[in-house]
Amino acid sequence: MRKYIVKRLIISLIILFFVAFIIYVLMRSLPTSYIENVARQKSMQPNSKSFEEWMEQLSATYGMNQGLFLGFINWLGRFFTGQFGDSWYYTVPVIDKFNDTVWLSFVMGLIAFTLELLIAIPLGIIAATKQYSKTDYTISVLALAGISLPTFFFASLLKLVFSVHLGWFDLFGLVGRSYELLSPMGKFLDKAHHLVLPIVTLVVISVGSLMRYTRTNMLEVLNADYIRTARAKGLSEKKVIYHHAFRNTLIPLVTMIGGSLPGLFSGALITETLYMIPGIGYTSYNAMVNGDIPFSMFYLVFMAILTLLGNLISDILYAVVDPRVRIA
Amino acid sequence: MSENNKVDLTIDDTYTPVEYDDQYILMVNNLKKYFPIKDGMLQQTVGYVKAVDGVTFNIKRGTTMGLVGESGCGKTTTGRTILRLAGEKTGGQVLFNGQEVYDFSNKEMRKKRTEMQIIFQDPFSSLQPRMPIGEIIGEAVREHNIVPKEEYDDYIDKIMDECGLQPFQKDRYPHEFSGGQRQRICIARALALNPEFVVCDEPVSALDVSIQAQIINLLNDLQEKHNLTYLFISHDLSVVEHISDTVGVMYLGNLVEYGPTDRIFNNPLHPYTKALLSAVPVPDPDAKMNRIVLEGTIPSPANPPSGCKFHTRCSECMECCKNKAPVMKEVEKDHFVVCHLYDEQ
Repeated sequence: MRKYIVKRLIISLIILFFVAFIIYVLMRSLPTSYIENVARQKSMQPNSKSFEEWMEQLSATYGMNQGLFLGFINWLGRFFTGQFGDSWYYTVPVIDKFNDTVWLSFVMGLIAFTLELLIAIPLGIIAATKQYSKTDYTISVLALAGISLPTFFFASLLKLVFSVHLGWFDLFGLVGRSYELLSPMGKFLDKAHHLVLPIVTLVVISVGSLMRYTRTNMLEVLNADYIRTARAKGLSEKKVIYHHAFRNTLIPLVTMIGGSLPGLFSGALITETLYMIPGIGYTSYNAMVNGDIPFSMFYLVFMAILTLLGNLISDILYAVVDPRVRIA
Repeated sequence: MSENNKVDLTIDDTYTPVEYDDQYILMVNNLKKYFPIKDGMLQQTVGYVKAVDGVTFNIKRGTTMGLVGESGCGKTTTGRTILRLAGEKTGGQVLFNGQEVYDFSNKEMRKKRTEMQIIFQDPFSSLQPRMPIGEIIGEAVREHNIVPKEEYDDYIDKIMDECGLQPFQKDRYPHEFSGGQRQRICIARALALNPEFVVCDEPVSALDVSIQAQIINLLNDLQEKHNLTYLFISHDLSVVEHISDTVGVMYLGNLVEYGPTDRIFNNPLHPYTKALLSAVPVPDPDAKMNRIVLEGTIPSPANPPSGCKFHTRCSECMECCKNKAPVMKEVEKDHFVVCHLYDEQ
């Protein structure tokens, strides 16, 4: 098992190297350049140097006068020694900005994910045990609708109904106008109130696929011969479904859930941006739009690490949950 | 759908009720099990697969009845329908100890299941892969309180021992066992509930020949010890000849011949039985086999031939066979056949 994990880690590092290189090349080739913008602004000022001179000077300051490959090697060296640099756009150290924003995204993701599990798994089981019934069709159609709805469309719809027409929630932002005047408890409630719509959006958009996944796996198990054996034993239907069928459905589920845990840190770029929630997703969106290379690089590489980590956790969990899988 | 290819969807589920005779543990009377075929946008029923289409037989206490027939003729469905494991029946009667199995409430049925057990064909897929075998065998024992709590462990050990398993293997998972051992686990599981009647649904067809003999001998020993009644479903005629007291031959959802084993094997009456028996290999390279080769393939049970269902492949097909279905006749004592050849006798 340890040998297997070490092997997987080494492969992950190699993948990470190439992923980082591709991201770096893409970031450098973006049409929006932060340096160009700053240089243009500076050259507009009276009695200033020309645009070309500013460009030269700023490129040297920000370390962007090197070629793609050399620049990447330099970046890699600094990244591995823990120097993530300062964010150009936010003008604070990258790691500080990251720390400030990631926990909000994590809490939001965790709440949404828990709700998702609580809704999707029971619905999936019900749909599977009543296959081809009206209940099954209703659940499946709703799940499909959730999967098919684009986030931006659904979020706009929610805003229209609950913010514009009903006026129950603010259109965007994490805190209300009178936030500073509230008591600590009031501050907490104010934030919670502002998070309702974003979390609803996240849950509705992603609950469908998890429910379909549960239903498919449950159906497969329910048609297995050993379920017939369990019925022939004269066990109660409840025991057949939860003790025999669901237990076997749990294996693919736990594997998938375990694999998506690191993803909670990655934030929800579209949802956060739509509701202007200052989480990691919205922050990195702004950084990318403004050509902030240090912050974007850090965020994207962090995402790559999370994905690789998720896959690794999935595979390890598979071996842990299934008593039959023992990797030599 | 146009008028002319509309299928008749009416089901004839009438039957003459039988009088209960207490020498029989199981009486099956005109049992039918149809599976609907659904098609189109609205998933309407457009026809039925007539898996079991009017089967009648009785099994005496403590005996074994063999049920033979080619693949897809409805043997397995018959076994499952008797135990109410295939949903609701379509028509007919199943009397277990004189009581209609399909009249039990769910709760009564669960209790009754301890008396009527089944051993499935495939010992690989019929065991819960993530449950230790001691739990597989014992789970239902606890559920139904077969033995008092303090005797439970000894009871499981005893059952495992009887079925040729070592009690120390209790905590192992099914994948750690070979095919023959797994079938022993299945038998132990069924036996642990102390049943009176066991449906053996091709219990040896997934096993090696040498293992087959062991399992069949085990089934024989257990029958003597516990006075069990078996319904032994198989397509292997030599196995059925060895283990059965009576034999039923099935074709396309119907029983075509039914009687004592020696009468069926020595004096087969139905042309289908004759063809089946002529296909049994003889362990002598010089023996000349007079095989009756059946032509064509088994017709679809969704659209069976009119009259006698076998007439499309029968070597002795007569004009009346094509449109008139034959009825069951007792040609000699306890030996029944469904064929027009014996109409005048």
